[in-house]
Amino acid sequence: MTQENASSEIYLSIDNLWKVFGSFIALKDITLDINEGEFVCFLGPSGCGKTTLLRAIAGLDLQTKGTVMQDGKDVSNLPPSERDFGIVFQSYALFPNLTINKNIAFGLENAGRSKLEITDRVRELLQLVGLPDQGQKYPAQLSGGQQQRIALARAIATNPGLLLLDEPLSALDAKVRVHLRHEIKELQRKLGVTTVMVTHDQEEALSMADRIVVMNHGIIEQVGSPTEIYREPANLFVADFIGEMNQIKSTVLNGSRLSIGETTFACHSHNFDDDMLVVAAIRPEDIIPHEEGYVSDAENGNCIEVLLQEMEFLGSFWRCHLQNNKFGISGLMADFSINAIRRLKLLKGKDMVIELPADRLMAFDRPEVD
Amino acid sequence: MPASSANLSELPAGPNVKGKLSRDDLIMRGGMAVIALYLIVTLALPLYTMLSKSFSTYQFQLSQYEFQVSDEDGIFDGTIVSGTDLNNKTGAYELTDLSTGSDGRLGVTAFFLDFSFRSPVHYQLRNTVEGGRFLVGSTLYDDTQWLELDSNTFRRVQLRPVQARGIDNFINYFSTPALFNSIKNSLWISLLSTLVTVSLAFWFAYALNRSCMRFKGLFRLIAMAPILVPSLLPGIALVYLFGNQGMLKELLFGASIYGPIGIVIGSVFFTFPHAFLIITTALAISDGRLYEAASSLRASPWRTFWTVTIPGARYGLISAAFVVFNLVITDFGLPKVIGGQFNVLAVDIYKQVIGQQNFEMGAVVSVILIIPAIFAFIIDRLVQSKQISSLTARSVPYQPKPDRRTDAIFLIYCSFVGLFIIGMLAVCQFAALVKFWPYDLSLSLNNYQFDKMDGGGWGAYFNSIKLGLLTAVAGTAIVFFGAYLVEKSNGFFLGRAAFQMIAMLPMAIPGMVLGLAYIFFFNNPSNPLHAIYGTMAILVVCTVTHFYTVSHLTAVTALKQMDREFESVSASLKQPTLKLFSRVTVPVCLPSVLDISIYLFINAMTTVSAVVFLYSPKTALASIAVLNMDDAGDIAPAAAMGMMIFYTNAAARIIHLFISKGVLARTQAWRTR
Repeated sequence: MTQENASSEIYLSIDNLWKVFGSFIALKDITLDINEGEFVCFLGPSGCGKTTLLRAIAGLDLQTKGTVMQDGKDVSNLPPSERDFGIVFQSYALFPNLTINKNIAFGLENAGRSKLEITDRVRELLQLVGLPDQGQKYPAQLSGGQQQRIALARAIATNPGLLLLDEPLSALDAKVRVHLRHEIKELQRKLGVTTVMVTHDQEEALSMADRIVVMNHGIIEQVGSPTEIYREPANLFVADFIGEMNQIKSTVLNGSRLSIGETTFACHSHNFDDDMLVVAAIRPEDIIPHEEGYVSDAENGNCIEVLLQEMEFLGSFWRCHLQNNKFGISGLMADFSINAIRRLKLLKGKDMVIELPADRLMAFDRPEVD
Repeated sequence: MPASSANLSELPAGPNVKGKLSRDDLIMRGGMAVIALYLIVTLALPLYTMLSKSFSTYQFQLSQYEFQVSDEDGIFDGTIVSGTDLNNKTGAYELTDLSTGSDGRLGVTAFFLDFSFRSPVHYQLRNTVEGGRFLVGSTLYDDTQWLELDSNTFRRVQLRPVQARGIDNFINYFSTPALFNSIKNSLWISLLSTLVTVSLAFWFAYALNRSCMRFKGLFRLIAMAPILVPSLLPGIALVYLFGNQGMLKELLFGASIYGPIGIVIGSVFFTFPHAFLIITTALAISDGRLYEAASSLRASPWRTFWTVTIPGARYGLISAAFVVFNLVITDFGLPKVIGGQFNVLAVDIYKQVIGQQNFEMGAVVSVILIIPAIFAFIIDRLVQSKQISSLTARSVPYQPKPDRRTDAIFLIYCSFVGLFIIGMLAVCQFAALVKFWPYDLSLSLNNYQFDKMDGGGWGAYFNSIKLGLLTAVAGTAIVFFGAYLVEKSNGFFLGRAAFQMIAMLPMAIPGMVLGLAYIFFFNNPSNPLHAIYGTMAILVVCTVTHFYTVSHLTAVTALKQMDREFESVSASLKQPTLKLFSRVTVPVCLPSVLDISIYLFINAMTTVSAVVFLYSPKTALASIAVLNMDDAGDIAPAAAMGMMIFYTNAAARIIHLFISKGVLARTQAWRTR
């Protein structure tokens, strides 16, 4: 677990939450607890209900059924203005006719603060987001990344107990996005504010979140730390959505072995009965390359000879398409490091041996064929 | 885990979560209710009253009365005769005599052939039903008691009609050729004017958008000038040019300008800017890449015109056609001035109501006039909603290339159209300044001594300015706030949809119809709002409602361009929505707010149709004064007043321009990087 400043105290608790639009079910029976100080990402393809869930937490679009508890208080039916959160939208929604200073000060007014206090707080916030001398400008005079930081400063100005980020980085260039990921995470750690971020970008979720909530079609598919989600996906959807995954049709064979094509492999433990039709899955980077003729000494060697059919150079590694007739029609995709390629003198068209580590070879439910 | 097998029946039982309304929600809904109520009171209820009026008929119900006659000594023998029997026996009244208006009265002495007011014979009469009624002098009897009267008093008995619902008024209308011929007249002059205006405006807009002709800015300015004058001003110009003493009368070869010719020419003048604006927008958004494709495929200019230009502009053309049609068929001022004996629907309403005091028939004509207007309105809305989709962000604007020959042809064409527009205005101005057309052409300001003429004098002019300012201020506030509430409030979908619909309605309602509906609704003594009848307030209310739709659409368009998350951010920062409204929404939308107010001001200055029924001697208006002075034969002062309106509106436009620029510079600094 990487929840450095997250306590085990539950801060936000969502219970049996449903959201229905007409006859369309956008959220189905969502139950989720978020700890104080935690950074949680809602991750999923578009239309999976992640933004709907965020808006229900904020009170912007009320849920149809279910409760939301924040800091021990039932906020289920409260309007946004009576809840305690700051929010950053994809569009930033900065007020275009107000200067940066006034944008940030917007939420600080009418709360019994003196003018001086407000000015000080605005200066402090600008310092915090690294834009100390931009206060007199208008939003349109700033770059996208700068606007994003101003929106963040405005959202945290009142010290809300909960920070909601709705796809905050998706309107930015790739470079700026990577940079800001880091900054937001850093800021969140510094402030210790419980944060929920919605994103469809798995890299963003993996690099920023303490815990990821993977959603699809209005339900939660899996909740876990980035490593859990990546290493131990709960089902084929999660496995496929996050990272790359080889998928091969196979059958369960006496407990811990899978039959693929004409061969069998030892696999990660699972709960399937014998003879069940499953999907065997392994990530490209988990496949270990060996030179031609290599024989494993271990009992469950999981080695097989393949033909290196195609090689694609992707900068830091080679993506290789491997073929063995025993797999049937589907080939395998493997990512080999540049070192490995050089060491094993691998070339396109050469035969080689690969090893599928048993603890990385997983079995999943076969999706119903539509 | 199967992903999407969710089914509504799996929803847990129990009530749905019901949101607690925040203070802002309550304020917004309250505000919306107030503005919806305003529209209901100023639009829906008057129209309903008018509609029900058109189906009201009044009839003398003779069967509801009984009579007894005494002998010469005043002794009654107990014989009772009903009114129906008496009428059958004497044949005193035909069936048509028994249909009447709301003020109808019927004497009863005709039932008694030997009646003499000096006779000692006494009469008794009574109503057979409660609420049946007759007058003796001015005393109303509506109970069923017998009333004994001597002969002298008996002749002062008058029966009152009973109100009923029915289509008799419509039957009456369609059996009077003088009335229903107007339908045909209205339709064909509207169609002809539409055809001419749209053709002229299309080539004008084409020249401005697709050629490299010179003086484009000047022509654009000239094309918009007619919007600044009342629709009856071109009528006055035509009288001077082609009327009985017109200087170009011979050009008509004996035909009379008073009638369809005058109406069509005048309509082309005052509808031109509307058609031009719509078509020029349609042409401006055409995609230059299509022309590059056409020329690379070696299409001839003629073929390119029919396969690229016309299809690209077709929604604009259709929309312009319906807008012009609607303007012409509902216009009242122009046919009133130049129509002569040629009857059209809008003028019929005026004649029925003001000339003959036949309010029911006025209501019938109004209902008939609404039908084509609503029809044109609906088609226009459908077409406009399609036009938006033809815009793509990747379109490249068309860049015309200079071509000396076509540019010269377009310049000549536009000069002719420009001359037509300027000429009409110049004639009015010249006529206003000469002593006595056409005999004494020396200049004088006599025609500006409005106080010496009927129509309200200079007071009317200042009333108009007052109306314009009040309408601009009150109207803009109501319209913009209403649009904001509809656009940006949460939930309450049914109410918001209903509001949007009511806000669209005024555009389909001709001004004459609205004005007449206001008489019916506000001039009813039992209406608590009766007090505003005859005041400036009712003129403001009527004008705001009359021009509500376009203003509302302008506001909605501006608001739609605002980020829809502003309200969410403001709520999360626990700031009142009204603070956001005043600090952000209004400043950002200020250009549109100013556009709405100038639109309302100019229309308040030029409108005739709705207010012609509603002004009082104290609240006479400049545009009405033009109408009334023209009616009284003071055509030169009418022209002078019409030009005053023109100069006032032109000045207002210039002031608007300066204010807009100033305001933009001060509050919209953020627009420039």
